[in-house]
Amino acid sequence: MTAPTELARRVVHHKLFWPVVALLVLLLAAGVRSPGFLSVTVQDGHLFGQVIDIMRGAATPLLLALGMALVIATGGIDLSVGAVMAISLAVSLQFLDNSATADQPSTAVVAVLLGVAVALVLGAFNGFMVTVLGIQPFIATMILMVAGRGIAMLITKGQITTTTSPPFKTIGSGFFLGLPMPVIIAAVAFVVVVIVVRRTALGMLLESIGINREAARLAGVRSRNVTWFAYAASGLLAGLAGIVYGAPTMAADANNIGLMKEMDAILCVVLGGTSLMGGKFYLGGTVVGALILTTIERVVIIFHIPSQTTPLFKAIVIIAVCIAQSPVLLRRLDLRRLRRASRRRAELASQEVPA
Amino acid sequence: MIRRKFAKVGLAAVAAVSALTLAACSSNGGGSSTETTAGGNGGDGDLIKVGFSQLGAESGWRTANTESVKASLTKENGIDLIFVDAQQKQENQIKALRDFIAQDVDIIAFSPVIETGWDEVLQEIKDAEIPVVLVDRTVDTTVEDPYVTWIGADFRLEGEMAGEWVKENYPDAKIFELQGTLGSGAQVDREEGFDAVVGADKIIGKATGNFTRAEGKTAVEAALQAYPDMDLIFAHNDDMGLGAIEAIEAAGKKPGEDIIIVTVDAVRDGLQALHDGKFNFVVECNPVFGDQIVDLVKKVYAGEEVPKETIVVDATFDQSITQEEIDARLY
Repeated sequence: MTAPTELARRVVHHKLFWPVVALLVLLLAAGVRSPGFLSVTVQDGHLFGQVIDIMRGAATPLLLALGMALVIATGGIDLSVGAVMAISLAVSLQFLDNSATADQPSTAVVAVLLGVAVALVLGAFNGFMVTVLGIQPFIATMILMVAGRGIAMLITKGQITTTTSPPFKTIGSGFFLGLPMPVIIAAVAFVVVVIVVRRTALGMLLESIGINREAARLAGVRSRNVTWFAYAASGLLAGLAGIVYGAPTMAADANNIGLMKEMDAILCVVLGGTSLMGGKFYLGGTVVGALILTTIERVVIIFHIPSQTTPLFKAIVIIAVCIAQSPVLLRRLDLRRLRRASRRRAELASQEVPA
Repeated sequence: MIRRKFAKVGLAAVAAVSALTLAACSSNGGGSSTETTAGGNGGDGDLIKVGFSQLGAESGWRTANTESVKASLTKENGIDLIFVDAQQKQENQIKALRDFIAQDVDIIAFSPVIETGWDEVLQEIKDAEIPVVLVDRTVDTTVEDPYVTWIGADFRLEGEMAGEWVKENYPDAKIFELQGTLGSGAQVDREEGFDAVVGADKIIGKATGNFTRAEGKTAVEAALQAYPDMDLIFAHNDDMGLGAIEAIEAAGKKPGEDIIIVTVDAVRDGLQALHDGKFNFVVECNPVFGDQIVDLVKKVYAGEEVPKETIVVDATFDQSITQEEIDARLY
């Protein structure tokens, strides 16, 4: 086998090959359908274009999916992220609403820290339920998923808290270095998580727990602490996601902020090639997953598809990516290729004999 | 005790007191937050005991509606109000309705959170002979004659009013329609009414923004790319229209000039945008009809004939709106 075909084979077999193909196909198709879709212009000193919008839209699902990927790596799941989004935003906005100096950057910083801190506590609570009390992750996090919106309602007193604070709003609709603020925040979060997880042994420990918790424990992994960390990180990132998502509108709508976002986050993780069974996880893949999800929602309008059929379109793309990634299918194809190759070798050999 | 008997005997028997209760009727429009008068089987026998189950606080509109109900159904107006917020859960609402039966209220009023699933509890209410007034939304049930009357907005008419204005002022507009949450009454009916008036050929594209500012913005961002020749947006509510403004401004165009914006709702933020010249026309969806509910409740209590449907009057606003009108807005 020659080097280029070997390289091609490795590229095709890379976990991210099909998700990236899906993303590129979607973007190119939209570019063909609507010229100018892919162009990015500079306007008022910052970048502007459909692709930039998609990146901004992908920030929230990415923040959620980063935490979700860590939790899924341990073989768990965190269903509470959507509700945690609602709570952190409610805490932040309620604080700003009661503050006399809401237009001061320092107040906005305190509001953000407060919201994220509450989210961290909630994540730690999930971790406590799962690790100390040994409750199944699905059930343990479902408690907050259901009760969380009630907590958010208590904080906002059943109303939709709206307030104004220009510095807080910047988090959602501002620009930094020409890029939308949410993109910067998501990128920083991504880099931090990658460094913490991949530059230390933590990532390996998470995976070892997901592959075999008992074996990991016997091998000396403090599985309880590591798992607890994953849930706390997921809570913290969900809190950040809630603030980034809610900042442009400055309205803490306890009923609707983050609704069904836990499903989006799981989807991003799965599209990125991570198995829900736990074990190996791919943070780079979740980025692609988040971009695919956001791009799908955007291109349905570009393709003039009626909103009624959007879920169907979404389902088709996701099913296609999942089938392409299916390990069973890949093994089958590999087997066929091997068989064909060996047959060809046999034919060649039989031809060579008479000569 | 007296009230308990009334409920058992039925409506006909209480016709005699109608004059008395009607005399007390006055529409109390103003007043800020009147406290909820909860429970209490006290001795104020001449008050009509009304159990009101609100579906929740999903929007600014609903909050204003709640305020209006609380401000109007007061003791001064002859009503002892038990107000329960269902926080958008049907089970809460069913529980509240059962509590109302147990407390033997004179009239039950509620805004159902969804249309179906009310058969059992409506039958129980019927068996207890308590008249039901539906507010804003309707039910789909097998129970015969489940409610005495319904009061709410006519979404179709709102869509038609928006359509009439567009047809008159911008007959050649290329319209992009920003739909509300798909399948909701407000989306289906506003779209039907609007499309029927302006003609389907004028509408070059549609997409949903789920009645929220964030998703309205996302949809319009994409629409600006997908439909470059669009010059008018009809949004099913103000919030999505406000999101559209953000998207249009981000694209370097002028909302209200380059792209005309027509919306429904008329909440304060929306009217402010209208005053600032960013919206062009707003159809009201009036949530302040507590006074009309009081009238209905009294008529029903008195056993008078009431229409099966009462449509809340909606106004329309264009850019001639003044700042004073906006500041006077309750919501």
